[in-house]
Amino acid sequence: MTSDPSPSVSRILGIETSCDETAAAVVVDARQVLSSVVSSQIDLHAQFGGVVPEIASRAHVEWLTPVVAQALVEAGIGDDHVDAVAATVGPGLVGALLVGVSAAKALALVWGVPFIAVNHLEAHLYAAFLEEPDLELPLVVLLVSGGHTLLVLMEAPGRYRLLGSTIDDAAGEAFDKVARFLGLGYPGGPAIDAVALHGDPSAIAFPRALPDEPYDFSFSGLKTAVVNYVRKHPDVATEDVAASFQEAVVDVLVTKARRAARELGAKGLCLGGGVAANSQLRERLLDACVADGLHAFLPSRSMCTDNAAMVAAAGWWRYQSDGPSPLDTGAYPNLALPTI
Amino acid sequence: MLILGIDTATTQVSCAVGGHEGVLATTSSTRAKRHAENLTPAIEFTCRQARVELSEIGAIAVDLGPGLFTGLRVGVASAKAMAQALSVPMIGVPSLDLVAFGVRFTPRLIVACLDARRGEVFSAFYRQVPGGIQRLTDHVCQSPDDLESELLAWSEDVLLVGDGALRYREVFEGLRKVEIVGEELAYPNATSLVMLAHAQALREQWVRPWNLEPLYLRKPDAEINWSTRDSS
Ligand SMILES: [Zn+2]
Repeated sequence: MTSDPSPSVSRILGIETSCDETAAAVVVDARQVLSSVVSSQIDLHAQFGGVVPEIASRAHVEWLTPVVAQALVEAGIGDDHVDAVAATVGPGLVGALLVGVSAAKALALVWGVPFIAVNHLEAHLYAAFLEEPDLELPLVVLLVSGGHTLLVLMEAPGRYRLLGSTIDDAAGEAFDKVARFLGLGYPGGPAIDAVALHGDPSAIAFPRALPDEPYDFSFSGLKTAVVNYVRKHPDVATEDVAASFQEAVVDVLVTKARRAARELGAKGLCLGGGVAANSQLRERLLDACVADGLHAFLPSRSMCTDNAAMVAAAGWWRYQSDGPSPLDTGAYPNLALPTI
Repeated sequence: MLILGIDTATTQVSCAVGGHEGVLATTSSTRAKRHAENLTPAIEFTCRQARVELSEIGAIAVDLGPGLFTGLRVGVASAKAMAQALSVPMIGVPSLDLVAFGVRFTPRLIVACLDARRGEVFSAFYRQVPGGIQRLTDHVCQSPDDLESELLAWSEDVLLVGDGALRYREVFEGLRKVEIVGEELAYPNATSLVMLAHAQALREQWVRPWNLEPLYLRKPDAEINWSTRDSS
């Protein structure tokens, strides 16, 4: 990616509070991460088997101040050396988003620097570039988490084509629901991943949903199939159910991502989002890329899950094209990825 | 010392700047909501009107609630961030104290009552004392009918103030010794906030940004459901 950085905005403080991570980071020119602090609320929500919006919002209010302070200290810079403040304004939980947006605008106002509104989905697309700045475009990005399941073609910074998305549950949501049903705990992704290691992925032939649109996904039928199967076969080994369910999800994700890369002439395939930490998905995607002669990029777990470094990076690119955002910016819980 | 006060705990968005000379400027919009959109520009505008640079602010005061959760958090998150960026201390004042302070010039018992939604109100009892008010009870969240029963137990004349009193007017207006205050005084406001905070500042009653906590007075929904499920 090449673009002339604006001389005035280089060091950006990023803030992320769209779901259940309170995060702040300082990134230089969308390339160099000086600090990235993430305070996860998983323990707070675990007993409820999912993110509770009001609990998340309260935790953001409590944690954002120390998280921002730590990000500045770890970056080794004083307050007055931040060139801009970027925050996720959507999509996400409205009450949670508002905490980060309000704090970011207040910081920008006091420091007299621009505020930059960032789209959370766009931020995920830039996460990979923080670990591998020389990734070649166009790139197919498979973004899978508890909140989103998207297949995106990234042609250039700011130029994206939304190829497909889920028509019902997000992939991570399916993992959470099936894990809860199997009594494996929360969050479901890592729980199923761990149990599936000891199971046979071909034990049960769960359906692979293929919606009409070639790059769309659907996971609610699969979840129902798992429930029905276990009710009918109460003695089935949980390991086999977990492994077969995971196999079905991964199969669909990899097949569609691979087809997209091939049909659209992408140079590579890249993963993002919390589900990108799934070991089976990583392995299968890598195999597919090797077979097709594509470059595979699998960002580290901390860069796949929600963090503020990606927000700061996306903010830097947004600033190049759009300049600062107004101080009367609010939160936009249903914000879509800006596509061409 | 100059104090910036931020109040977003009700449907109102309000901010003010002032100090020992009193309040220099204040901005408020009562029913505009859109707290997050309006607050930052309102702060900028208010300081400009007061000819105060943000760097001159010595403390940030904020309405701690109880109130409407989302709006309340916009104010608290903004206030904390401003205090953090300015490296100045904070002062938190409960919303009900602010509402009661606005009608302090009365010998009657003052009862502040804010709308808590879902058929409930936040309330607390106050009395005028030299220079201000004194809170006689805890802040509570209860049904208007429960507050009515409490009011019946007092033999004194009562001045009932706040948007909760107005919303449930039919519950309270039949009470013989109770008078309900009009809408113009029914909300907490940043002017009262700056005045009360200034008094606290003189006594150096500070709180650090990372220690300041909003007053919710109500558990998050999931926890309420969870505790009923546990007990059943
Ligand atoms: Zn995300």
